[in-house]
Amino acid sequence: MSMDDKVDDKGIQVRADEFLQMFKKGAEFTQDLLKENERLRYRIFQLEEELREGGFLSSLSEENRQLVARIEELEREKDEILGRIRHIEAENNDFATRYVEIEEENNNLANLYIASYQLHSILDFDDVLKVITEIIINLIGAEEFAVMLTDEKTGLLGAAASEGVPLHELPKVRPGEGTIGTIASTGESFFFEDPAGYVRDLRNPMVCIPLKIKEHVIGVIVIYKLLVQKKAFAPVDYELFTLLAGHAATAIFSSRLYSDSERKLSTMQGFINLLTK
Amino acid sequence: MADKKILIVEDSPTMRQLIAFTLRRLPNVALVEASDGVDALRKLGGEMFDLIFTDINMPIMDGLKLVSLVRNDPAFRHIPIVIITTEGAAEDRQRGLALGANDYLTKPIQAGKILAVARELLEIP
Repeated sequence: MSMDDKVDDKGIQVRADEFLQMFKKGAEFTQDLLKENERLRYRIFQLEEELREGGFLSSLSEENRQLVARIEELEREKDEILGRIRHIEAENNDFATRYVEIEEENNNLANLYIASYQLHSILDFDDVLKVITEIIINLIGAEEFAVMLTDEKTGLLGAAASEGVPLHELPKVRPGEGTIGTIASTGESFFFEDPAGYVRDLRNPMVCIPLKIKEHVIGVIVIYKLLVQKKAFAPVDYELFTLLAGHAATAIFSSRLYSDSERKLSTMQGFINLLTK
Repeated sequence: MADKKILIVEDSPTMRQLIAFTLRRLPNVALVEASDGVDALRKLGGEMFDLIFTDINMPIMDGLKLVSLVRNDPAFRHIPIVIITTEGAAEDRQRGLALGANDYLTKPIQAGKILAVARELLEIP
């Protein structure tokens, strides 16, 4: 082996070593790159995971928001429907109450119609008084009472019919005297405030209703005692009393006129018969 | 054609008319009126009734006697009877119900109660 060959061999050796060194560095660098790559891939995976999770959550919260909004909307609708139901229920209650009131008014009007019809369907004075008595017992619910009429000659009020109190026990009253006389003068109805606490006084009744034809008082209805089951007057009783008193007064007045005319006719007929015989 | 027939026994024409006027509001109901217990028995003998309304205080034969006779007659004992009276004491009510009346109403007359009782006993909705 020549010197030159030796030098060449040595050079090759050095270069081989250098190459090996470089190769090792290259290998190490590649290893580093692979590691870095692995790390980055892992990081990418993590980020993708995070991104995926983050997107799901955000989409979930969006659905939730929509659902919450829908629930709120339904709640509002429910409140509105409940409000309407309450309103309808209140209206129903009003209608039911009104129906009962109208039914009651209807019954009272029917009662009054029958009473008036009966009063005006007869012309006999005693029959009129009998009908008035029946009405006061059966429609008003009085047990002791009287119908007092003004005597046109004396001006005194005296009982023409009574129930529960003998006629002869009832007083004759001057206009303006006591409750009865006062009512006959003023034409205003009188009701004792507490019927349960009333103590019978024939001159001062529990109820005194004037029998009026327009403003002219022809007598009064006086009540001393109510039926045991009738504890107090209902609001409708006051109306019934007033309306009834008006009809009763007219019926009494008409029957008196009729009786007078019948009597006069009978007298005249008697004269005619006497003259023509 | 009436489905149900009611007998009203009351001596006062005014009250008879009032009760009849009230009961006429029921659908398909025929009404017959009697002025006392004897008149009622006469009318009961002539036709069949589904319900009787009777007063107590009447001339010739009172309402309690009528209730007693009707309840003791096999031909009529099934007919429901309602007493309408001014007698509002508890013992009067007990006496009326003990004799066999189905209900006991007191005066003053209340149309609503009369209709309610009639509907119930005649099974009218």
